[in-house]
Amino acid sequence: MTLFTAENIVKRYANHTALNKVSIEVSAGMVFGLLGPNGAGKTSLIRIINQITAPDEGVLYFKGERLKPKHTEKIGYLPEERGLYKKMKVGEQALYLAQLKGLSKSDALKKLRYWFEKFELQTWWNRKVEELSKGMQQKIQFIVTVLHEPEILIFDEPFSGFDPINVNLLKEEIINLKKKGSTIIFSTHNMASVEELCDNIALINKAEKILDGSVAEIKRQYKSNIYEISFPSADISLKDVLDGNFEVLSESKEAYTGKAIVRINNGMPSNHLIAALLPHISINSFTERIPSMNDIFIAKVTQNGQFANANNLTE
Amino acid sequence: MNKTLIILKREYLLRVKKKSFIVMTILGPILMAALMIVPIFISQMSDKKAVIAVVDETTLFTERLKSTDNIKFIPLEMDIQVAKDNFDKNRYDAILYIPMSAINTPSTMRLLSDKYPSITVKLYIESQLKQELESMKLSASGIDKEVLKSIETRVNLTTIKITEGGKEETSYPEVATALGIFAGILIYMFIFMFGAQVMRGVIEEKTSRIIEVIVSSVKPFQLMMGKIVGVALVGLTQFLLWIVLTFTLVGIFRAAFPEKFSIKEQAKIYTADNKMLNPDELSKIADIKNTSAPSDTKNDVLNAIASIDFGVMIASFIFYFLAGYLLYAALFAAIGSAVDNEADTQQFMMPVTIPLIFAIVMAQFVMNNPNGPVAFWLSIIPFTSPVIMMIRIPFGVPYFDLILSIVLLIAGFIFTTWFAAKIYRTGILMYGKKVNYRELAKWLFYKS
Repeated sequence: MTLFTAENIVKRYANHTALNKVSIEVSAGMVFGLLGPNGAGKTSLIRIINQITAPDEGVLYFKGERLKPKHTEKIGYLPEERGLYKKMKVGEQALYLAQLKGLSKSDALKKLRYWFEKFELQTWWNRKVEELSKGMQQKIQFIVTVLHEPEILIFDEPFSGFDPINVNLLKEEIINLKKKGSTIIFSTHNMASVEELCDNIALINKAEKILDGSVAEIKRQYKSNIYEISFPSADISLKDVLDGNFEVLSESKEAYTGKAIVRINNGMPSNHLIAALLPHISINSFTERIPSMNDIFIAKVTQNGQFANANNLTE
Repeated sequence: MNKTLIILKREYLLRVKKKSFIVMTILGPILMAALMIVPIFISQMSDKKAVIAVVDETTLFTERLKSTDNIKFIPLEMDIQVAKDNFDKNRYDAILYIPMSAINTPSTMRLLSDKYPSITVKLYIESQLKQELESMKLSASGIDKEVLKSIETRVNLTTIKITEGGKEETSYPEVATALGIFAGILIYMFIFMFGAQVMRGVIEEKTSRIIEVIVSSVKPFQLMMGKIVGVALVGLTQFLLWIVLTFTLVGIFRAAFPEKFSIKEQAKIYTADNKMLNPDELSKIADIKNTSAPSDTKNDVLNAIASIDFGVMIASFIFYFLAGYLLYAALFAAIGSAVDNEADTQQFMMPVTIPLIFAIVMAQFVMNNPNGPVAFWLSIIPFTSPVIMMIRIPFGVPYFDLILSIVLLIAGFIFTTWFAAKIYRTGILMYGKKVNYRELAKWLFYKS
């Protein structure tokens, strides 16, 4: 089921266009990654989804309905630049922000108690925010974002500013939320977390969407039939034994093992490569090189296209 | 609960719980009550009767020196040296010594005392002696005293304000002036103080970056209005607490020292002087309740305070504070949204504060001519009207001016709020950009 759609969103500022006819579609229960280099327009899109700013053109739908101010209560938003009222007490502040999201006071209190216990923050309830460490403030902010059990959660660079322990904690929570059925949109530069968490992505560069789809599908699409072979060292160069259907991109030899990276041309199945090798070497391992999201990202953004460059892949 | 109300509640409670608010709330009324009570006490300090012993070697003056409420003359039939020696034993405040030579050389007269006699006592005695000497000299030159009396005219101008239905009311221009300037400055301070609070609040939200979380829940306009109205209520609370506490304090003093607050029967000292006037005018003067004797400062102060229409003053203060504050607070909010920190506010503060400062500078001018064209224009232009109208009100303002001023001020704050909201909604999300006026002008046309 499609939960959220943005169609042909255009946002212009005085001197530049931040978004140019960008469309995304997010299904219920999905973790949707919004990728793109700095200044690509991710935050502009996120602000439009949150109804912080309005698009110049284009429409947004929430569950098939035009997006309206009442929908803010169904959305939880953790902005990239996070902050709280420094002089306000932690509990009071969490309660205030929860009420702004439409929770009743008693409801908010009940839920806050659960989350504060979970993150072991109970003793900080009556302390001022400025007395908290940055990590703790981030946790509070996270709690406030998810407290009203929104149908869509939007995290803008959620991992920036967290230490590795808290990054893991956060990842776990995101996975938990997904299991509970929340739909999550998050923007990030952290490609490892994209592979780990995202079902679908949209890649935005220079105000335009240049790639979207499911992570698995994109990877399949961008694989280029490159295989990594390791075999017991022998005085043999694969270049000499393979015919024109295969292209040896690199070869290396160590004391006991030889390694080679080979591209299969003409869309032949990998079995042909194995068949061609078997008469000459015994094979220790045979692995397909799947491009990481990181590679795809860099390739798409730099518009070099030739990401399947052997040198890129070996290291 | 409506979200604007939730914001309003937070902004309000945050500020009224602050120590500075509580301190101001307590100090304000003490100062204001002191302003009302101290003049009464001071005016009564001179109320103590000064007893002046008169050693009159000429015997010409003794009978003629008139005692008043404040000064009592006691003739002494003794030598000046004896009187001086016994000064400590007797309870005189001073000895007036009129030697034989005084008739020809008045400068030989002396007022002897162990302390400096008050200036009013000295002036009174001088005028009495002068009067008597003059009349003696005139008689000596053959001018009849009765003729002289009929020529002598005392002018005691009582200013009368004609109010609704042709009723006459004694006016106190001095009191109106003081009250007007006090109210005007108070409005000026309130607008600045609470306007700056709004601005700081906006900057705080922006620099702490909480703004983005909040505007993902509520519209920027709701946040801005919640803050502005919340702070307005803080101002109103402060003002009302001041009024209540001030009147309570004054009331306590009134109960504790009732005699100091009662208006005495009018002193009759001038009726004698006025007896040559025609009866019509005399009765007219008698009709006017508050015809005051200049020497009776206490009655003056009390009458003056009684002449203040506190209801009108308080009601108009509340209106002009609220409307003037709303007008400026919206602009202060817009300034706060356009900058990244308080230091950057200077360039935008200038044009906003200049009309307010101008109003205060023009205050003196307006007081001198509270119904002149300058006063009229400044009191209907929304940017200066809160201060200037408060200065004018104690002098009495025509309904036309008042209504025009109120309507324009309301239109003014609706306009500034609309204008500020447009800058605000863009400004709060704009970081790290040096903003100038051209930039601000562009923001006005962004789609919200």
